Amino acid sequence: MRKTFIDTLIELARKDPKIFLITADMGFNVLEPFAEEFPDRFLNTGITEQATVSMAAGLALSGYKPYVYSITPFVTMRCYEQVRLNVAYMNANVKLIGVGAGFEYGVAGATHHAIEDISLMRSLPNMQVLCPGDNLEAKALLEQSARHHKPSYIRIGRNPDPFYHAEDSKIELGKASILNQGQDLAIITTSNTLGLGKAKLEAMQAEGKNPYLISMHTIKPFDKEIIHKLIKEEVEIISIEENNIIGGLGSAIAEVIAESGQAVKFKRLGIPDEFTHHIGNQNYHRKRYGLN
Amino acid sequence: MTDQEKIKEIRKSIVSMVHNAGVSHIGAAFSIIEILYVLYFKAMKLNPSQPQDPTRDIFVLSKGHASAALYATLAHRGYFPIEDLMTYCVEDGKLPGHLDKDSCPGVEVSAGSLGHGAPVALGMALARSKTPTKDLSGKAPDARLARSPGGAGPKLAVANEDERNAADGPLRQIYTLVGDGECNEGSIWEMAMLAPNLGLNNFTVIIDYNKIQSFGNTNDIIDQSNLVERWASFGWDAVEIDGHNLEQIEQALSKTSSKPKAIVAHTTKGKGVSFMEDQLLWHYKSPNDEQYKQALEELS
Repeated sequence: MRKTFIDTLIELARKDPKIFLITADMGFNVLEPFAEEFPDRFLNTGITEQATVSMAAGLALSGYKPYVYSITPFVTMRCYEQVRLNVAYMNANVKLIGVGAGFEYGVAGATHHAIEDISLMRSLPNMQVLCPGDNLEAKALLEQSARHHKPSYIRIGRNPDPFYHAEDSKIELGKASILNQGQDLAIITTSNTLGLGKAKLEAMQAEGKNPYLISMHTIKPFDKEIIHKLIKEEVEIISIEENNIIGGLGSAIAEVIAESGQAVKFKRLGIPDEFTHHIGNQNYHRKRYGLN
Repeated sequence: MTDQEKIKEIRKSIVSMVHNAGVSHIGAAFSIIEILYVLYFKAMKLNPSQPQDPTRDIFVLSKGHASAALYATLAHRGYFPIEDLMTYCVEDGKLPGHLDKDSCPGVEVSAGSLGHGAPVALGMALARSKTPTKDLSGKAPDARLARSPGGAGPKLAVANEDERNAADGPLRQIYTLVGDGECNEGSIWEMAMLAPNLGLNNFTVIIDYNKIQSFGNTNDIIDQSNLVERWASFGWDAVEIDGHNLEQIEQALSKTSSKPKAIVAHTTKGKGVSFMEDQLLWHYKSPNDEQYKQALEELS
């Protein structure tokens, strides 16, 4: 998905001279094509996430459209107060690109895992939170968010993720994408769990059942309508996320259900509220936590 | 009115504001009055009736707890009515204790938590840098990615039409003021490392060296008695001045340099009112009626 990101950003930058790419020393073998084509709009600020995010806010307040790129924990948590005050509070048009969703930096360990980012970014006023599940969603959300003068956090996958959507699917920022219309269950995924949802869908279809498969690629603004629709249809809901079980996709769905005044069967799958001390790749961690 | 008379008027406004609201940070406000006065009344290109004029110079108060000093200076400079100052820190008032850029004209950046405003100002300086595009492309992008130690980093050009047009005029200056206590923050030093690599000649950081921070003497808590050397060693054009001397301030601000500038301004916390000077207490205390009267008398 990193390649989709950089290819899309290059296309956008060709049309919009205000787009800037800033990296806090990450992106080797990914960002070079942008640096080559737009050397005057690319900057490696070194390992200075706090100053980098603030500087990006200063550029945004001056009319530029900076994208700040790093591994997720470093572009969200290392500089959280900078994001809160200089980006969100001042409503500065900075796009934060976090690479490596959930356990994608598996064996690197908990320092590099992104398991709280969705919860944290979601709770910031003014912040849009975009978690594309495949390359089609990534491209569409990057294009659409570029038109909004809003702070955004975009959670990008590290791997060359496959396409799960049909090529002509229409992806709309702020609206959940329904990949399969069903009735037996509603599987709701976000970010890199779309593949897990797809596998679950296929397994159920093989058993003659037909569940919904829904990609909640926009965590904020949250599409409440789709949840109300499922409640009305009395479809059991299961959410899958590679994020702490506290505060992410499952929590957002639970909030809508709780305030609807109606009941529906609901199960959250996510990372339990703990740091892993085990070593393994993404699949290893997914298996340990029963995500697949 | 002479400069000194105007400065006294600004200090009187601040005493009235904090007395009216029952809040403080007056010591931190009083140490920077002369600096703000020179910026807003002498050094900066600005237009109070058009606060968003794209050709303006910009000042960012990074030590946002000294907000009262900025509000009073802006009001006396004509950005908004002086009466509005009495809405400082009162319920449903206009002017919050720490800076909110949407609260009144002239406040460029929201600030209050320390170590934030200065790096935002760096981004503003970068956006207004006149470094021409062609000068940037001497190096291959790979060389940019792997910068040589101490070498010049990639320099950004102005990248959009508005900026380019505006950049054809005189180079717009970006000034920011940080506290000495604020220099405890790591983000200040990230910014200090980064700025000289961007080839900026329109960026000035003023350090309000009043030597008292929240809970003690600055140099007892973390010794930074060599502030000038520190900034100079990071690649800044660093000078030391008396932060209450108008001539010295003006001279330091107007000096041109090919590097970003750091002005270490020796100041006195609470400057201008005898019983507030050099007192940690006046970081916190609001004058009672008697002290209020005495302060006004001293400033008259």
